[in-house]
Amino acid sequence: MQTQFAIFIFLAAATLVGAAGVALSLNIFWSAMGLLSCLVGVGGMYVLLSADFIAITQVLVYIGGVLVLIIFAVMLTSHIQDINVSNRSMGLAGGFVVFWVVATLLCFVALWTPWKLTPQLPAEATTVAIGNGLLGKWLLPFEIASVVLIATMIGAIVIARKEVKPD
Amino acid sequence: MTLTLNHFLVIGALLFGFGLLAVVTRRNAVAVLMGIELILNAANLNLVAFGRYVGGGVTGQVFSLFVIVLAAAEAAVGLAIILAIYQMLRNIDASQATTLKE
Repeated sequence: MQTQFAIFIFLAAATLVGAAGVALSLNIFWSAMGLLSCLVGVGGMYVLLSADFIAITQVLVYIGGVLVLIIFAVMLTSHIQDINVSNRSMGLAGGFVVFWVVATLLCFVALWTPWKLTPQLPAEATTVAIGNGLLGKWLLPFEIASVVLIATMIGAIVIARKEVKPD
Repeated sequence: MTLTLNHFLVIGALLFGFGLLAVVTRRNAVAVLMGIELILNAANLNLVAFGRYVGGGVTGQVFSLFVIVLAAAEAAVGLAIILAIYQMLRNIDASQATTLKE
């Protein structure tokens, strides 16, 4: 139990430091590195919650896919050297007001609601149950998700290609 | 000290707050997209935590799987739009992309 809690503290620190880096770092590349730390931390928390399949999916899709895509976009669009451009839109003060209001409100709700906890079952592999669910109870959302992915793929290719101007 | 639901909910709330902070304060469109990813991660963490401590079963995990899939799709389209804006305006300042057409 003590080791589990220590691991949780470590993962929480990685997650929150990474998230703060995403929100506050002026260099966009360091923001991407903060996102990496945050995603790894959240993936570790999935393991602590005994959600093994989700943890692996997090690493594969988020870190292997989304983060690489974001780093590509960073490399393609910004000159990493010149970071002197003012990078704030709302001002940090307004942003922090929003942050504190939302975070304290959510923490308050989370801590003061009497959740109906279920007894803790021993952790077991979830992949079989998730696979059966995806091809049984949740077949329709699963198929719709695949249609959405195809539409997304075509849309992203169409949007991002170089437009050839007819003249 | 043992881990309870509240620990994960507090982390999720702070993660959501940081994501919102990134969305409202950053001007770089890629950073705004990263903030949205943080918000989706916070939602996912809450889904899995509730599935573990309150609901039981794998319902929460299946729905967080769908959220991950849609987040990947959203990131792909968002970055494609950002690249298109960059080709047109030569920067990705979200406050300058105010026109629908050249």
